[in-house]
Amino acid sequence: MEKFTVHTGRAVPLRYSNVDTDQIIPAVYLKRVSRTGFEDGLFAAWRANDPEFVLNQPQYKDGTVLIAGSDFGTGSSREHAVWALQDHGFKAVVAPRFADIFRGNSLKGGLLTVVLPQQVIERLWDMVEADPATEVTVDLQEREVRAPGVSEPFELDDYTRWRLLAGLDDIALTLRETEAIDDYETRRKSWLPVTQ
Amino acid sequence: MARTMAEKVWEEHVARRAEGEPDLLYIDLHLVHEVTSPQAFEGLRLAGRPVRRPDLTLATEDHNVPTENILGPIADKVSRTQIETLRKNASDFGVRLFPMGDLDQGIVHVVGPQLGLTQPGMTIVCGDSHTSTHGAFGALAFGIGTSQVEHVLATQTLPMTPFKTMAVTVNGTLKPGVTSKDIILAVIAKIGTGGGQGYVIEYRGEAIRALSMEARMTVCNMSIEAGARAGMIAPDETTFSYIKGRPHAPEGAQWDAAVRHWRSLRTDDDAEFDMEVVLDAEELSPFVTWGTNPGQGAPLNDAVPDPASFEDPAARAAAEKALEYMDLTPGTPLREVGVETVFLGSCTNGRIEDLRAAAEIIRGRRVADGVRMLVVPGSMRVKEQANAEGLGEVFTEAGAEWREAGCSMCLGMNPDQLKPGERSASTSNRNFEGRQGKGGRTHLVSPLVAAATAVRGTLSSPDDL
Repeated sequence: MEKFTVHTGRAVPLRYSNVDTDQIIPAVYLKRVSRTGFEDGLFAAWRANDPEFVLNQPQYKDGTVLIAGSDFGTGSSREHAVWALQDHGFKAVVAPRFADIFRGNSLKGGLLTVVLPQQVIERLWDMVEADPATEVTVDLQEREVRAPGVSEPFELDDYTRWRLLAGLDDIALTLRETEAIDDYETRRKSWLPVTQ
Repeated sequence: MARTMAEKVWEEHVARRAEGEPDLLYIDLHLVHEVTSPQAFEGLRLAGRPVRRPDLTLATEDHNVPTENILGPIADKVSRTQIETLRKNASDFGVRLFPMGDLDQGIVHVVGPQLGLTQPGMTIVCGDSHTSTHGAFGALAFGIGTSQVEHVLATQTLPMTPFKTMAVTVNGTLKPGVTSKDIILAVIAKIGTGGGQGYVIEYRGEAIRALSMEARMTVCNMSIEAGARAGMIAPDETTFSYIKGRPHAPEGAQWDAAVRHWRSLRTDDDAEFDMEVVLDAEELSPFVTWGTNPGQGAPLNDAVPDPASFEDPAARAAAEKALEYMDLTPGTPLREVGVETVFLGSCTNGRIEDLRAAAEIIRGRRVADGVRMLVVPGSMRVKEQANAEGLGEVFTEAGAEWREAGCSMCLGMNPDQLKPGERSASTSNRNFEGRQGKGGRTHLVSPLVAAATAVRGTLSSPDDL
């Protein structure tokens, strides 16, 4: 996984709440067995049907920070939603609240999801819509989002922050604890089912 | 210290705990399907890692499965590749797989319980958000992403931080014609699609205790639609009698020991939840959705709401956007909304009891002209049982299509899709834009409402017949 320390880039204002993962990437795009190449599925229906949709506007095409409404990433657990956002070039998503599974997936894959209060999100939306060249900085080191006139701290637990800063693979970390897992297995209830 | 059921099951599964780190949670059962697993197996291959516990892992084909001609090759080449990839991965890594054509094939969340693999007190995960279904047995079961699928395959554990706990208590008795689907749709409308975010919900109260296992699964299944990753119901005699005798259920002295343990899992009387929600079953009636998220629902007796009636500006904007997509006018009685398709099936309502309930309404009646009704059993075992009871005939005689088992039109990864602009009444779990096919419009309903709607052609309850 790539390390995440500080990212500065243009932002994309997505003024919708409850953006579910079926919107982020519809099911028909989930059939690939690779881990890349999901960019064409990103917001496919909105990009195809709505000329006003924010990603159809040329001034936002180079955006790398998505500023979204509350409950972003609800619904299906498809990690393809994270991959599609990353394949498009997004490095961070900022919203008032995220769905649990999407948030977990994003932080596993190095797409930084940042929770900020609704009023800060609205200020960022206004600012970016007034000047699409506005740059937004997401600073994981300092746990802070910065834009002209905005300097807003955000919360992220120390462990996840450390893992993202170091770009560490969760599986490799857990495999260091194999002894604890072996030990746990000796204590499991004897009636628990097996599949084979 | 007094603890909730979720806390007890969590504590029992902590394989490692260290200050400042997530708990390492041991996983008792890992269910796998073709859509969210290919990249996980590929990750193992690249790192040269085996599956740690193939004997705690089970795969089935469901999302891409064509529900017609299930034994023939899949016409869609990309779907076929995904299925073939799962078969190769299962074979390479020694994972048991139920392929199309196998009598045990079906939707992953129908297969686990029917085999008796889903038991109280277990931790169960799957790369699918509706894994919450298994919580109906008092298991801690939740959906995970593909990175976590790979993690569980490699280590049989997951690093996790504990959930907060929420009690949803449903007091009283449901009126006839009101089902567990109506309970959960009402819960989601009450707390919102994000209301359960960060929580595991425990459903309690007289109305929940009175539900069958299948009805409990419907409730827990849609916990994720309220934002909660897991939903649980305390195991009781209903649970034990459902599990007893199933292929993977404990037997003899093991059974007795298991039941003793399962009884100890219930939330302590003086335990405290982080949040409590209370509903009165007597006040519930058949519930349908009018919008494009599962929280946008209302009693069938109501009309399409006016977005101006929402105080919260975000909710108002969401309602306006939803009504435009759904092509609905505020004030239209929901009973006057006509549908072209009725879908009965999915991991929410594709079990034998759901089919029985719908067949009871359909029996001796006809699906309305201009309406197609798809009946898709949740598993091949469910289909077999339904045929043995003559339910398949009831559906076909009424003019419905009686299909093979799979996820089908719940998400339209197979050919069962809505056309642009087509409207459905669906017993599935999500009414998102385009969920059942590009441009399709979905109303979520119970099996009883689905059956009555198929007969009348507009959203209806059995009382309307």
